[in-house]
Amino acid sequence: MEKMIAGKPITVNEEGYLTNFNQWDEKIGEAIAAEANISLTPRHWDVIKYLQTEEKNQVPLSIRRVGKSGVVDIKEFYSLFPNAPLKTATKIAGIPKPASCI
Amino acid sequence: MNQMKHIIILGAGTAGTMMANHLHHHLHQPEWKITIIDEREKHYYQPGYLFLPFGIYEPEDIVKNITDFIPKDVELVQQKINRVIPDQRMVQLANGEGLDYDILIVATGAKIAPEEVTGMKGPEWQKSVFDFYTFEGALALRNKLREWTGGKLVVHITEMPIKCPVAPLEFAFLADSFFHEKNMRDKVQITYVTPLSGAFTKPKATATLEHLLDEKGITIEGDFAIEQVDNENKKIIDYGGREIPFDLLVTVPTNKGDELMARSGMGDDLNYVPTHKATLQSKNWNNVFVLGDASNIPASKAGSVAHFEAEILTENILRFIKGEPLKEEFDGHANCFVETGHGKALLIDFNYTHEPVEGTFPFPGLGPLRLLKESKMNHWGKLAFKWIYWNMLLKGRHIPFVSATMSEKGKHYTETVSQ
Ligand SMILES: Cc1cc2nc3c(=O)[nH]c(=O)nc-3n(C[C@H](O)[C@H](O)[C@H](O)COP(=O)(O)OP(=O)(O)OC[C@H]3O[C@@H](n4cnc5c(N)ncnc54)[C@H](O)[C@@H]3O)c2cc1C
Repeated sequence: MEKMIAGKPITVNEEGYLTNFNQWDEKIGEAIAAEANISLTPRHWDVIKYLQTEEKNQVPLSIRRVGKSGVVDIKEFYSLFPNAPLKTATKIAGIPKPASCI
Repeated sequence: MNQMKHIIILGAGTAGTMMANHLHHHLHQPEWKITIIDEREKHYYQPGYLFLPFGIYEPEDIVKNITDFIPKDVELVQQKINRVIPDQRMVQLANGEGLDYDILIVATGAKIAPEEVTGMKGPEWQKSVFDFYTFEGALALRNKLREWTGGKLVVHITEMPIKCPVAPLEFAFLADSFFHEKNMRDKVQITYVTPLSGAFTKPKATATLEHLLDEKGITIEGDFAIEQVDNENKKIIDYGGREIPFDLLVTVPTNKGDELMARSGMGDDLNYVPTHKATLQSKNWNNVFVLGDASNIPASKAGSVAHFEAEILTENILRFIKGEPLKEEFDGHANCFVETGHGKALLIDFNYTHEPVEGTFPFPGLGPLRLLKESKMNHWGKLAFKWIYWNMLLKGRHIPFVSATMSEKGKHYTETVSQ
C-alpha cells in the first residue's frame, strides 16, 4: 500500500515497514520516528546506520546482536527506542521487520 | 585406493541417530567406516519433557539406552568431544584422542543457557524458577507442581530461537488443564510472556493460538525482552523496565548450540553452525554437513524437521561421495502437534515460505488429522508420536504418506506464498 510520508508517496506493508529501501531518506526516517514520538539524536542515527549496514550485509538482526555490536548496549537501545526497540528502529531505518525465526 | 574412508557423526541424539541408521544401509566396510560420538549413555525423548511435569509421562517412558538405537556396524564412541579442527579434518575427544575423518556430520543439538540472564540461575533456581527443557528441570518441576498450592504462574520465553517454539505455549495450555483437574484453576493466574509480539511467529497460527489463550483465561504479555530475574522480589524485569511478578516462573532460557562449536571456531554468536538451508552443507567446509538443532538454518528446531532433513541429507552425502552436485531440496518442512489441553491438540504443517493454515493431513480432504484446528484425534496423534519416535523416526524409517518436502494439497492457502 502507499502512504504519504514526509510529503512523498511511499510503499509500505500493512505494519508500516518500507518495502523498498530506495525510497528511504533521512527525512522519511524522521517522519516515521515522529509518529512513534521519537525525535532523532546523533545516538539514534548511529544505531540506524548500523542496522542499515547489517541489513545490507544480510546479517540477521536480533536484540542480542545489537547489544553485542559495540554501537549501543541493550539498556541504551531501549532508552533510545522505547518498548520494542528493534521493531521501532528497523521501521525508522526503512528496512524489514526482523523475522524472529520460526 | 583401498584405504578405508571415515565418516564421523557428532552427537547421537535424534538427528545423529537417524543419520547412522540411514547411512549404514549405503556405506559398508571395507570402503567406509561410520563412527558416532556422544558423551551420554542415555537417549532422551525431549518432546516428553512437556508431559513429565504433569505426570502424563513417567521418566521410564522417555529415557532409553543410546546403544539400543545404533546399528551394530556403526562404532559408538562414548566420549565428550573437545573440538573439531576442520582444516585438519580431525575431531579431538576430551581424553585427548584424535579421530580423522573424510566426512563430518554435526548433530550436537542445542541446549539451555540460563546463565545468559542475570539472576536466572540464582537462589530461586529450582525453588520457584524452573525450566522444562532438560530432564532434570522437568522432573524438579513435576515435584514442585505436586505440592504447589497456587498463585501467579508465569510461563516465559527468554529469546528466540528455541527448540520446538510451540512447547512453552503447550505448557501453558496443559497447565490450565492440569489445574482444572486438580480443582484449583481459580487459585492460579497464568501469564504467558514472550519476546515476540504475539503467541507465535506466523500470522494465521498466531490468531488461532491467541484465541485459545483467551478462551482458557491465559493472559499474554508480548515484546518482553528480559534483563533479569529478581530473586528477592520474585519478578522478571525487561530492558524497558517492565516488571512481571511471579510465584512460580517456568522459563525457557536462551538456547545455544554446544560450546564445542565456539572452541572449534565453527559457530555463530549462539554456537549454531552456518549451514546452507537447502543442501545442509556447511557454509565453510565442503566435507562438513549439519542437521538438527545444531545448524543456523531458519527452520524450526524440531525432531520432525531433523527427520525430513535426514532423508535429504543422506541422499546429498551419497551424491557428495560420488562427486555429483548436491540437491537443493530441503524446504524447511516442519510438522508439529500442539497440545492444547483437555485431551485435545492441533497440528501445524509449514515450511520456509508457507505458514501453517487450516486443512487436512496427511490425506488432502480426508485427514484424519485436522490442521490448525483443535481435535481429540490430533491429541492421539501427539501421544502416538512417542511410539513413532522410538520405533520409526530414530531407526530412519520413512513415515508412510508424509514426504520430506511439504505438500500444499488439502490446505487452505489464501495466497500461494506467504511470510
Ligand atoms: C520440551 C521440548 C519439547 C519438544 N517437543 C517436540 C515435538 O513435539 N516435536 C518435535 O518434532 N520436536 C520436539 N522437540 C525438539 C526435539 O527434541 C529436537 O529438535 C531434537 O531432539 C533435535 O535433535 P538433535 O539431534 O539435533 O539434538 P539432540 O537430540 O539434542 O542431540 C544432541 C546430542 O549431541 C550430544 N552432544 C552435544 N555436545 C556434545 C559434546 N561436546 N560431546 C559429546 N556429545 C555431545 C548430546 O549429548 C546429545 O545426545 C522438543 C524439544 C523440547 C526441549
